Amino acid sequence: MNIVACIKQTFDTEAKIAVSGGQVSDQGVNLILNPYDEYAVEEAIRLKEKNGGEVVVVSVGTDKTQEALRYCLAMGADRAVLVQDPALGKADSASVSVTLGKLLADMEYDVILCGNQAVDDGASAVPSRLAEKLDLPQANVITALEIGDGSATVRREVDGGSEILDVQLPALFSAQKGLNEVRYPSLPGIMKAKRKELKVVGLGDLGLSADDVAPKTEIVNVELPPARQAGKVLKGEVADVVAELVTLLKNEAKVI
Amino acid sequence: MSIVVFAEQREGALRKIATEVVSEGKRLAAAAGTTLKVLLAGSGVAGLADEIKTFGADEIAVVDNDALKDYSTETYAAVLAAYLQQENPELVLLGHSAIGKDLAPRVAARLDAGLVPDCVKIDYADGDFSFVHPVYAGKALATYKVKSAVKIATLRPNVFAAAEQAGAGAVSDFAADIPASRTTLKEMVVSGGDRPELTEADVICSGGRGLGKPEGFEIIEQLADALGAAVGSSRAAVDAGWREHQYQVGQTGKVVSPNLYVACGISGAIQHLAGMGSSKCIVAVNKDPEANIFNVADFGIEGDLYKVLPELITKLKEVTGN
Amino acid sequence: MNFSYSDEERMMLQMTRDFAERTVKPRAKEVDREHKYPAETVKQMGELGLLGVTVAPEYDGAGMSNICYAIAIEEISRHCASTGIIMSVNNSLACEPIKLFGTEAQKKKYLADMASGRKLGCLGLTESNAGSDAANVQTTAVLDGDEWVINGRKIFITNGGEADYCVLIASTDKAKGHRGISAFIVDLDNPGFSIGTLEDKLGIRGSSTAELVFEDCRIPKDNLLGEQGKGFKIALITLDGGRIGVAAQALGIARAAIEDATAYAKERVQFGKPIAELQAIQWMIADLSTEYEAARLLVHRAAWLKDNKLPYSKEAAMGKLMASEVAMKAATKGIQILGGYGYTTDYPLERYFRDAKITEIYEGTSEVMRLVIAHNILR
Repeated sequence: MNIVACIKQTFDTEAKIAVSGGQVSDQGVNLILNPYDEYAVEEAIRLKEKNGGEVVVVSVGTDKTQEALRYCLAMGADRAVLVQDPALGKADSASVSVTLGKLLADMEYDVILCGNQAVDDGASAVPSRLAEKLDLPQANVITALEIGDGSATVRREVDGGSEILDVQLPALFSAQKGLNEVRYPSLPGIMKAKRKELKVVGLGDLGLSADDVAPKTEIVNVELPPARQAGKVLKGEVADVVAELVTLLKNEAKVI
Repeated sequence: MSIVVFAEQREGALRKIATEVVSEGKRLAAAAGTTLKVLLAGSGVAGLADEIKTFGADEIAVVDNDALKDYSTETYAAVLAAYLQQENPELVLLGHSAIGKDLAPRVAARLDAGLVPDCVKIDYADGDFSFVHPVYAGKALATYKVKSAVKIATLRPNVFAAAEQAGAGAVSDFAADIPASRTTLKEMVVSGGDRPELTEADVICSGGRGLGKPEGFEIIEQLADALGAAVGSSRAAVDAGWREHQYQVGQTGKVVSPNLYVACGISGAIQHLAGMGSSKCIVAVNKDPEANIFNVADFGIEGDLYKVLPELITKLKEVTGN
Repeated sequence: MNFSYSDEERMMLQMTRDFAERTVKPRAKEVDREHKYPAETVKQMGELGLLGVTVAPEYDGAGMSNICYAIAIEEISRHCASTGIIMSVNNSLACEPIKLFGTEAQKKKYLADMASGRKLGCLGLTESNAGSDAANVQTTAVLDGDEWVINGRKIFITNGGEADYCVLIASTDKAKGHRGISAFIVDLDNPGFSIGTLEDKLGIRGSSTAELVFEDCRIPKDNLLGEQGKGFKIALITLDGGRIGVAAQALGIARAAIEDATAYAKERVQFGKPIAELQAIQWMIADLSTEYEAARLLVHRAAWLKDNKLPYSKEAAMGKLMASEVAMKAATKGIQILGGYGYTTDYPLERYFRDAKITEIYEGTSEVMRLVIAHNILR
């Protein structure tokens, strides 16, 4: 069984966001493998461990992204491909899905796994867009995956509960927290990763032009949300402060 | 030119998010001097058209088909894409719900359209729309322009007001070819009982590590009962295995913006604040006077939540009658 | 000169930091307070390759550098010094002498078992009358047919109560003094071995410190490690390497104290402003951070020398001396910055303080470190 995991390198979720000149500053920010993509990579490796085959990790990014891909190789993925091109500097979900769609079109796979969202833009758009480009069935936000004969059974989170779906393979799935517990790359794994293939390709290698991957959206400004002010801390006997709180909620905030 | 709204329904009932998206669609249509068209798809849903009219729809296209009984990406994407290809609108709006999140990018890719997800504000000025989408889980607000002819956006639940208003409301049937789906729904598992959905709830009561034990959520449930609220959780409580991840509020969980958010035993890590910082009113109960949550709370009670909450539940029941 | 991390160093730093924060940290308080040996953590460390960092892959190790080893020990000790020393002893004191002096058969069995975490190791060196004076060991090993018969008592043995294997230093010929000392590998399942007193300690309370008792304990003849009579040299070389581990542990404790005190100083408001804005606090943090960085450079240089097969005895002693004294100072000043809170068990500073002290004592006291340094300079 061949599995492709699509990953993105993102800001650390602990990072404080600073804005200068209408853009988010990446000064001094720690970059990590998008947490939801970790579940995707982990699941890909588990599928391989169970069914055999190969795990390929792919990404659209920059030089720095190699580190995230190397991390996936250390976890146990077999090889990695990075698409890197100046024309992808302002890539949006359309650009990324067109690029990955072209890259994957020539690969053999049974399952494609993505994280269900990236913690930076929180868009949840690439998995569905990529499934459309490859004309694959999709199931997003999955918390369980069982491979059957030519199909897979998944549990996916929906509003107010979850759905159990049968999906014909090949298919694309996007991972949600809860799908698995992500392993750490072991030290021997880190050493082995050094010798695994990490191929860097440009748009030209994929037969794509800058126009093909032109973003459909543009960020014209970024600003910080207005800071919340600390309010009133009520102190005193429990009965008194609770009574005061209820009065405030009713008469001042008018929320009950 | 027109604006198209996809009106989300579940089991024959219009979802709250649909009323919000139709209302915002109407406001933008008025600003841009264009018409608002609503697509209603499902099985046995024709009756919902009347309800949609009251939120200002000018035209309502209905696809009522047994094949659309359960949501499936492929069937719904085919219907919506066909409708958009016929109407060729400038702007398409969906809710940023589980369905909207799944459907909008699939259709956007089919139409080669730009998509701005999870919008909290849309403006129309100088003949163009601009979209505000919180990034880094609300730590920053990005304003987007969309360059494609058809622009697609999803709207964050609970942010846009549903407003009843007059619309022409002409109802017509829309015939679409519905392909066979390669996914089959085997079972729907409903969780959370009668509680409102976390992202739609007006009031949310959340518990964190300060509860000290998984059973601590019993008192949060009781508080939620008194307020008719949904129950949320901090990441710490989810990581400790006290609560399932689908209840997690924060950067790696759900982003919520209720009218009232009651944080109990939650320290207020930046991760959590990112998910609930846009709540209209925040109440914090925490025994640690240094807890960061007090820096964002409108009202805080410094004290042992196991003493404060029972008292609060009693008092609230008197007021709300729940 | 190159002060940047290689790719694998950066990745292992990230991995050990994540592992330490998510797995080691939540257990640290209980490990300390309940004297609880962190068995589950040790098992996980074995799976991650942390128990045989510098051991070659053919003996189930990770095959990484001593610099990586120092980084890993520091990251683990940042959150739990008890876990840090368990790891350090297995790597430096149990795996290392077999790696350096063992036969192929010994490596295939004992080294691979310990490097992979299947078994835990310890070093049986110290006795009641042979602490810093390691040449004075009284434990004896006498060859009887195909077996060595061991008699004697070892004290203060880290990992002693939990270990499966012991690298044992014993006298095979008392008349020859330190030239009559030999090293052995003892399987602690053997009859004739028992655990004596378990120490109740000031710090590193999650690690086991035990008395090992050998009464006519018979081990195979082949379990002699290295040549007969070379045990003293093996012990000294092992301790040189061990000092890098203990120094890295001290760096972890020092960093813990500095980071926690700094975070507190930024939040604690007195006289209307955070105490971090007071010069008195700033100077403490500046001094501690500078000394920590200096110690870290010394320790990493010693590790680098060892990686490059260059003499590192003096540098390891310097690193251990400075890192342990910085740890003690940082914990003391850290408590000072937290004031009354620092003195309570609500904050981990008091634990750092108790844990830091041992780093000035074991694997050679600060006084012995100065002796080693002076000896290297003046010879």
